[in-house]
Amino acid sequence: MRDVERALRGGSMPEGAVERFVERAWNEVDGVVAYAGVDSPFGRLIVAATRRGIVCLAYPGEADAVQELAERLTPRLVEAPERLDEARRELDDYFEGRRDRFDLAVDLSLVRGEFTRKVLRATSRIPFGRTLTYTEVATKAGSPRGSRAAGNALGSNPIPIVVPCHRVIHASGGLGGYTGGLDRKEFLLRLEGVLGETG
Amino acid sequence: MDVLEEHGDMVYRYLRVAVGPEDAEDCLQETLLSALRAYPDLADARNLRGWLLTIAKRKALDEHRARGRRPSPSGRLPEAAIDPPTEAEDGLWRAVRELPPKQREAVVYRFVCDLAHREIAELMSSTEAAARRNVHEGLRALREVWR
Repeated sequence: MRDVERALRGGSMPEGAVERFVERAWNEVDGVVAYAGVDSPFGRLIVAATRRGIVCLAYPGEADAVQELAERLTPRLVEAPERLDEARRELDDYFEGRRDRFDLAVDLSLVRGEFTRKVLRATSRIPFGRTLTYTEVATKAGSPRGSRAAGNALGSNPIPIVVPCHRVIHASGGLGGYTGGLDRKEFLLRLEGVLGETG
Repeated sequence: MDVLEEHGDMVYRYLRVAVGPEDAEDCLQETLLSALRAYPDLADARNLRGWLLTIAKRKALDEHRARGRRPSPSGRLPEAAIDPPTEAEDGLWRAVRELPPKQREAVVYRFVCDLAHREIAELMSSTEAAARRNVHEGLRALREVWR
């Protein structure tokens, strides 16, 4: 006798169904966020974008980055590597020393607080290989006495590397902090020639 | 959306029975898009499967209603499988579609979707015992037709 139960359990989505769904989700669902893994010298980064631009770049960490994205950003997440091809290319080029600026659109609309957005915008304009102090960034964001608040704003930067918060350091020359870990800040500053090979 | 990875095949199989293989993917897409739109409002993620199936059921009903408005040359729903699992299994799917509605629903939830009797009872607004009985009787009928 043939196994009815097994026959009923069989079958999976037609080929291409997932891709067709992702495409429609991207075009038709408001607030959808596409994400993909991107290899880097730090390991696998998770990069996420809305239709307006990159919203998040997560360093590899202990926690499940995608789960965290869902909680912090939106559960309307789809894995869509093809939506992040340009970001992947530019990050590859950056890490391999072939690129000294990102041409990626950045979406800061999910960042809370006008001051934080101003700080991040000012930070975006710091060129490759240059640094500003916390006070200088605060001043550019319209609050010359707000260096501490600027530090906090940078600490909450959802798009490290692309919004180069690693280029903000102490006036004394000390590196200051880095949410992704100070060794990563050092690595990036060394990559950009700000720090010498031996630090 | 890990939902897709975890539950996509299950919802697809459900819809293949509910609307037939020809329209199953369309309904699947509509189901998943609705789910994605509604997702932030979903309070209880534990019952994701049941929730998805509720949406899928609604989409299947929409599909049947749309067919009712669409002129169909034969006057019958298209039963012919465009993409049958195998020809022999096609006979099984036809047999499933010909079960009495409650047995059909229960069998599909139990075996196609792999739900527990408790979940089936919830989706069908029945008791667990009734769900169990419908599964049992449906399966027996299928075994007679398809052996």
